[in-house]
Amino acid sequence: MTASEPIISVEGLTKKFGSFTAVNAISFQVMRGEIFGFLGANGAGKTTAMKILIGISRPTSGKATVAGYDIYKDTEQIKKSIGYMSQRFSLYNDLTIRENIEFFGGIYGLTTREIRDKAEALVEKLGLRDKFNRPISDLPLGWKQKLAFSVALLHDPKIIFLDEPTGGVDPVTRRMFWNMIYEAAYRGVTIFVTTHYMDEAEYCDRVSMMVDGKIEALDSPARLKEMYGVNSMNDVFLRLARNQTRAEIA
Amino acid sequence: MKGFIIKEFFHIFRDRRSLIILFGMPIVQILLFGFAITNEIRNVNIAILDKARDASSERIVEKMLASGYFIIDSYLESENEIESIFRQGKIKAVVVFGPNLERNLGAGDTGAVQVIADATDPNTANTIASYAASVVRDYQAEINPDVALPLQIIPEVRMVYNPELKGVFMFIPGTMTIILMLVSAMMTSISIAREKETGTMEVLLVSPLKPVQVVAGKVLPYILLASINAAVILLLGYFVFKMPMQGSLIALLGTTLLFIITALSLGILISTVAHTQQMAMMISLMGLMLPTIMLSGFVFPVDSMPWPLRVLSNVIPAKWFILILKGLMLKGVSITYLWKEVLILVLMTVALIGLSVKKYAIRLA
Repeated sequence: MTASEPIISVEGLTKKFGSFTAVNAISFQVMRGEIFGFLGANGAGKTTAMKILIGISRPTSGKATVAGYDIYKDTEQIKKSIGYMSQRFSLYNDLTIRENIEFFGGIYGLTTREIRDKAEALVEKLGLRDKFNRPISDLPLGWKQKLAFSVALLHDPKIIFLDEPTGGVDPVTRRMFWNMIYEAAYRGVTIFVTTHYMDEAEYCDRVSMMVDGKIEALDSPARLKEMYGVNSMNDVFLRLARNQTRAEIA
Repeated sequence: MKGFIIKEFFHIFRDRRSLIILFGMPIVQILLFGFAITNEIRNVNIAILDKARDASSERIVEKMLASGYFIIDSYLESENEIESIFRQGKIKAVVVFGPNLERNLGAGDTGAVQVIADATDPNTANTIASYAASVVRDYQAEINPDVALPLQIIPEVRMVYNPELKGVFMFIPGTMTIILMLVSAMMTSISIAREKETGTMEVLLVSPLKPVQVVAGKVLPYILLASINAAVILLLGYFVFKMPMQGSLIALLGTTLLFIITALSLGILISTVAHTQQMAMMISLMGLMLPTIMLSGFVFPVDSMPWPLRVLSNVIPAKWFILILKGLMLKGVSITYLWKEVLILVLMTVALIGLSVKKYAIRLA
């Protein structure tokens, strides 16, 4: 893991909705190949911040670059360099595995040949060969999510954004999912992940804690636990979130 | 883009519900409107109460049968039976001949023929009464061919563009309008709302596809399907119902495509507001289908509406499209006579697309 150069760099990023400041002048950097946990209670502003970084929302003020591209000017370039997977399962249920892969490969501009090769490798790895031509709706949720993650990585993005990717999944599947995340990180993909599960926060290289639109803490899980004198990320979270004043907005 | 459109067709063809709406409904509707729902009357059951029982009454009854409009269900014996036979609901009208019909006529007196119609359905009752009256008038002219009253004014009525007053000629443009509205506006808004509901819309927006490409990808398949629908309806109208095609076919197809695009832009606008399929469907049905059916002049003539509704009807795209269709198909006018209607549709489309883009920009900001 080469934690040397920043791949995401954010400075004073602010997003206001009328008089409400959802994201309040946050600054942080994510290093290449890092697993970066973006934590916070509901309504803390993490989804809003993430939406700005993936180019589907515009900030009110502040600067940010993603994969070296400016979020104001180069959203096109950013979109080509990133992958995205949300909590809401993001493949088409009525299409088969093959059709989903072909479609998403297609919109990222992969050639037919590339798509075919990648689809082969993917079903082989996930052991889904016999389900290749079945609609996705036949798969259990855990498998769907693993597939969605693989599809989000299809175009070899530099960074992948995961918005609560393991919501509603059983612990075993979550564990398997994190193995896939590690594997991607090992190949050099930067992982930017939001989560509710504090045990998952332990898996990250570094985590940031957002409270009321601001980043209250940012460091490795071990250092954070040390800093607050507690044994788990859960306690770190409780310490910080105790001061939260804002109710859920999302 | 190609992949996007292919994917959209997969969605449509794998969803049995949308298939039925897309292809079953247009055909069923056209056939229903064409055959079953008609305001012409034919083979109406009537009863006769003939107190005269002479050559004149017999001749009138014969003429009524020969007209094809009436079937004689029963002969009554007395007035008392009129009430009860109406209540049984078997007949729509009773024709009563007064006693001594012929003798009175011979004596230069007025003979009495009474038509009693069941007015629970006022339109039908009116039509039946006037048909019956015309049979009697015919007979009168037959027996007194030479008698000319002084200063007689007989208006000569000629029905142009639809001389046989066929209801189906009105229903086909109307049904076509409604189906195109349904397929274009409702189906697209639902299919866009579905992507929002399942979260795939987010994924599409994060992808390198431009929002315009996403919307175009969703809409293009429906342009194609709506065009196929329009063609099917026109062919059914032409071959099954002998709908005339007086004007230019190119103008007809061109304006149809324009209307499809107008309806699609309405669908896009709805989808910028609706977040779920349910909501998209409700807005489409209540906010779009209902006014389209009620205010477009398809069911109720616009001219006889109270003025607030008349004003409101001007913002219904369907109203203008029905005018264009009738002009082109029935009147055979050239498209240059319809420039105003075409221009209105073009302006509506531009305004709707502009509004959708603006709504979308607000959401992105």
